[in-house]
Amino acid sequence: MSWCCTYNPLPLYSRLQVTDFSCSWQLKNAQKMLLSLGKKPEKKKQFYRFQTPSKVVAYYRLKTPPYKLDALEPYMSKRTLEMHWEEHHRAYVEGLNKQLANDDILYGYTMDELVKVTYNNGNPLPEFNNAAQVWNHDFFWESMQPGGGEMPELGVLQQIEKDFGSYTNFKEKFTESAFTVFGSGWIWLVLKREERQLAIIKTSNAITPLVWDDIPIICLDMWEHAYYLDYKNDREKYVNTFMNHLISWNVAMERMARAEAFVNLGEPKIPIA
Amino acid sequence: QTFSLPDLPYDYGALEPAISGEIMQLHHQKHHQTYITNYNKALEQLNDAIEKGDSAAVVKLQSAIKFNGGGHVNHSIFWKNLAPVREGGGELPHGSLGWAIDADFGSLEKLIQLMNAEGAALRGSGWVWLALDKELKKLVVETTANQDPLVTKGPTLVPLLGIDVWEHAYYLQYKNVRPDYLKNIWKVMNWKYASEVYAKECPSS
Repeated sequence: MSWCCTYNPLPLYSRLQVTDFSCSWQLKNAQKMLLSLGKKPEKKKQFYRFQTPSKVVAYYRLKTPPYKLDALEPYMSKRTLEMHWEEHHRAYVEGLNKQLANDDILYGYTMDELVKVTYNNGNPLPEFNNAAQVWNHDFFWESMQPGGGEMPELGVLQQIEKDFGSYTNFKEKFTESAFTVFGSGWIWLVLKREERQLAIIKTSNAITPLVWDDIPIICLDMWEHAYYLDYKNDREKYVNTFMNHLISWNVAMERMARAEAFVNLGEPKIPIA
Repeated sequence: QTFSLPDLPYDYGALEPAISGEIMQLHHQKHHQTYITNYNKALEQLNDAIEKGDSAAVVKLQSAIKFNGGGHVNHSIFWKNLAPVREGGGELPHGSLGWAIDADFGSLEKLIQLMNAEGAALRGSGWVWLALDKELKKLVVETTANQDPLVTKGPTLVPLLGIDVWEHAYYLQYKNVRPDYLKNIWKVMNWKYASEVYAKECPSS
């Protein structure tokens, strides 16, 4: 299908006038280009070269957390995991799939890409809420581990000490910020690309720092459903428990290692001859 | 001036089974109290900042005041919006409010449907309101995010009924099924209070 992949320099509208032959992939690339220019793609009818009898539908699956649902007891109960993962997270996935079934304009993206594309530079498409929440929750489950907490080590600790002074300082700042999330939201430790520094970011509802091109390292769900069954309104206890017993510095280390491929964190140690 | 937690005009368990006593107690004694405590704290800091002439601090405190003050304002209205069944909770509105609802929404059922739809669709935390637009003399349904009071949606809006759709308002009982909570809360809705507020703002026209 080489014709499918050749980029046709003709402007979009003239190609559409020859609609019977316009390939849905070319259309999608053009729409991807439109999106990158900050323009919202219009939902045009897709004209297929070969009329297929059955519709191809893309869907995302609900990813299982990397531990059993009761593995985080007594800090996060099995009941919370069951509600939060099986009901809330699953609802976001199913909602997203239902939205995607309407039109194949958003097909072919990875989860990361889908979040950025549907954010649409600040004018989110209706799919953004579901896509971002699916991504956020996947990230959240992986940010925790049974037997978590304790201190970060090696490179992560070094970077934290460089950017926050000390681990205690960082922990204080993180918990402070978590308490001041007004309403539903998330609290993140991210690596900022431009500043080449770790930072603590609060977001509301479904927003994720992915849309600002930051590299998230750890996140904590501050929506009430994340802690209400276990801690009722005692947010402080929830956040402190997360920092002391749930946070997975192993995963943070992996994510930092990957981030270092994209962000130059230090000067190379070039020996003086 | 410091603010204090207003008493509930009914027992915590009086709104069962629509809203459980556990939720009412937590909601009133913990959540509302926290808003009041933090509101008082923010006001104190604001007074200090004003006296010192620290404009940066004055502006910085605005979000805390909006959030905590809004929480206090909204919840104070909310407790009055609810009433146990034996005290008239759930009784349909009569008189001028009833006619206004029919005029502006078609019927009470349509209004309830609209408010439930708006409440269910609200992302994250917020409130859904039945409001009177004083200027246009019309009833409207509005939503506000987080603890923003209704006036942030329009200075001429007077709240008649507000429904808290923050998760803490229903999670222990209804879990994530917000639509069920919205369906059941009408059984303890205090239309008498709403009618009184309406009659005061719109004396028999």
